Amino acid sequence: MATFAFYLFALGCVAGGLFTVISRNPVYSVLWLILSFLSAAGLFVLMGAEFVAMLMIIVYVGAVAVLFLFVVMMLDVDFAKLKAGMARYMPLALLIGVVLLMQLGLALGGWQGAEVAEAQRAQPIPAELHNTEALGMVLYDRYFLLFQLSGLILLVAMVGAILLTLRHRADVKRQNVLAQMYRDPEAAMELRDVKPGQGL
Amino acid sequence: MTAQDLALLTPEIVLAVYSIAALLGAVYTAKDALAPQITWATAAVFVGLAAWIATRGPGAEEAFGGLVVVDGFSRFAKAALLLSAAAVLAISQDYMTRRGLLRFEYPLLVALSVVGMMVMVSAGDLMSLYLGLELQSLALYVLAAFRRDSAKSTEAGLKYFILGALSSGLLLYGASLVYGYAGTTLFTGIFAAAGDGRAEIGLLIGLVLVASGLAFKVSAVPFHMWTPDVYEGAPTPVTAFLSTAPKIAAMALFARVLHDAFGGVVADWQQVVAVLALLSMFVGSIAAIGQTNIKRLMAYSSIAHMGYALMGLAAGTAFGVQAMLVYLAIYVAMSVGTFAFILSMERGGAPVVEIGALRMYARHQPGRAMAMLVLLFSLAGVPPFLGFFAKLYVLRAAYEGGLIWLAVGGVLASVIGAYYYLRIVYFMYFGEERGEPVEAGGGVVLWGALMASAAVMLVGIVNLFGIEGAAAAAATALVR
Repeated sequence: MATFAFYLFALGCVAGGLFTVISRNPVYSVLWLILSFLSAAGLFVLMGAEFVAMLMIIVYVGAVAVLFLFVVMMLDVDFAKLKAGMARYMPLALLIGVVLLMQLGLALGGWQGAEVAEAQRAQPIPAELHNTEALGMVLYDRYFLLFQLSGLILLVAMVGAILLTLRHRADVKRQNVLAQMYRDPEAAMELRDVKPGQGL
Repeated sequence: MTAQDLALLTPEIVLAVYSIAALLGAVYTAKDALAPQITWATAAVFVGLAAWIATRGPGAEEAFGGLVVVDGFSRFAKAALLLSAAAVLAISQDYMTRRGLLRFEYPLLVALSVVGMMVMVSAGDLMSLYLGLELQSLALYVLAAFRRDSAKSTEAGLKYFILGALSSGLLLYGASLVYGYAGTTLFTGIFAAAGDGRAEIGLLIGLVLVASGLAFKVSAVPFHMWTPDVYEGAPTPVTAFLSTAPKIAAMALFARVLHDAFGGVVADWQQVVAVLALLSMFVGSIAAIGQTNIKRLMAYSSIAHMGYALMGLAAGTAFGVQAMLVYLAIYVAMSVGTFAFILSMERGGAPVVEIGALRMYARHQPGRAMAMLVLLFSLAGVPPFLGFFAKLYVLRAAYEGGLIWLAVGGVLASVIGAYYYLRIVYFMYFGEERGEPVEAGGGVVLWGALMASAAVMLVGIVNLFGIEGAAAAAATALVR
C-alpha cells in the first residue's frame, strides 16, 4: 500500500513538473505546479514528516501558487513574446544543460560519501517529542541565529522595496480620515429653500 | 542557545538593534531630514564596535553549536570591514546630500549589510555562511539601485541582483553536494569528513561550485562580468562601499571556507584559486587600459587587486592568509582615498567621471594632485609606497607556497597595470588642457580622507602600522 502510494505521488510530482514546463498556457502551468506541490506534500506524509507536508500545502499551494496565478491572470504578460528569443539561444542553452547533466552524472554515478557521513547526518529525535515539537526545538534553539538572520533579510527586502518604489506625489488626492471625521454638517452642507419654478 | 552564545555575538546584535531602532526612529520623526545625523551616528557605531572587537583578548570560541566562530581571524576581518565602512559613510555624506540622494535608509542599509558581513566572516557552518552572504548582498543590490530615477543605476541594481541570485544558486548547489558527502553543514564536520587529503568526486564538484559562488562575490575572473556595469551605474559613494568592506568580507569568507572546511584537501582547491588569481590579475590589468570612465577603471582595478589577494590565498599556507589580510587592509586604505578623490571631482557642481577631464589638474589643485599621485603609485605598486609592500607580501607567499609561475604572472600583470594608473598621473601633470578645469568640491571631509590616505601610503612603510602582527595572529587562528 505504501509502495503504491509512493509511486502514485512520485508520478504526480514528476508529471506535474514536466507539464509545468511544457504547457503552452501559463494558467495550466500554474495548475500543474499545484499538482506537483500536492504530490510532494503526499511524499512528505509517507516519510512521517506531516508538519512539513502541511507547510508545503499552506505555504506553497495556499500562498505561492495562488500568487503566481494572480500574477499570470492579472498582468498582461505576453509569454509568446518573451519566448521569441529562445530559439536563437537554444543551442547554447542545450550545450550548457548537457554539460551540467554530465557533471551531475559524474558526481552521482561514482557517489561515495565520507565514512563518517552517516553518523554525522543522524539527528536523533528525543522519543518523547512529537516531530513538530522537535522541529521547533531545533529551529528556535539551535538554529535561533539563522532564524533571526532570515528575519533581518526579510527586513532588508521590505526596506528595499519601499525605498525603490514608494513615491510621494503632491498631485494625488488622498483620504484623510481625521479630516473626514471632524467635518461637521454646518461646514459640509447648506440648506436652501428652493421655491418651485425658480432656480438657485 | 545560552546567554554565553548571545554574549559572543554582542557586536552583531548591537548593530542589528541599532539599525532597527534608527529605522523606526527616523520613520516616526523627521525622516530624511535626520539622514546626515544618522549617517554620522552609524559611522560612530562602526568605529566603536571596531575598537571594542579589536581590544578583545585572543582565543577562539564557538557559539550556537559551531554555527558561529569568533577567533582572531574573524576579529581582524570585522575590525577592518567596520572601519572601512565607517570611512565610506564619512566620505559619502556630503556627496549624497548635494545630489539629493541622502535618504535615511542609506546608512541603515549599509549597517544591515555590515551585519551580514560580520556573520559571514565568523561563519562556522554552510547555513550561516549563506544567510550572512544573502543579508549582505540583498542590502547591496538595493544600494546599487539607490538612484532610482537614473536608468544606469536601476540597471546596475537589476544586473547585480540577477547575477547575484545566479551565483547564490551555484553556491547552494555546491553546498548541498558538500552536505551530501559529509553528512553535516558544520565546517568542522566537513573537515573531519574530507580530512584524509584526497577529495572524492562529489565533494570536489561541491567544492568547485561553492568556490564559484564565492568568486562571484569577490568579482574574480571569470565571474567578474557584473563589476564594471555595477560600479559605473551605482552612485559613487555606493561604488566606494562596494569596493571596500564587501571585498574584505567575501575574501575572508573565502579563506575561512577553504581552510576551515576544506583545509584537508588543499591541493584540490589550490589550483582553482591560483587560476582565478592569475586570470583576475591579467584581465583586470588589460581591460582597464581602454577605459575612459574612472569608475569603470576602478572596477577593473579592483578585479586585478582581488587577483593579488587571491594569490595569497592560493599559497595555501598560514603565511598566505596573512599576506592576503595585509593586502586587503592596504588595498582598502588606498581605495578610500582614491574614492574620496573621485567624489570630489566636479565641474560646476555636477560630478565628473571622465579621466580625460583631469588634464592639467595639478596646475589648479597641486595638493590634491600630489596626494592622488601618491595613491596611484601605491595602487600600481611602485616601490617606496605601501602598495608595493602589499604586492611584495603576496608574491612572497606565492613563491614560498611553491607557485612560482603565479608569482611571475603577478609581476607581469602589475607592470601592465601600472600603465593605466600612470596614465592618470600623466593627464594630471602633463596633459594638454581642454575645456573647463575640474574643480575640487566636497568640503573638508573628502580632503581629509584623501590626505590621510595618501599619508598612510607614505608613513605606513615604517612598520605597516603593526597590522603584520595582527594579521599573523589572525592567520594562525585560521590555518591549523
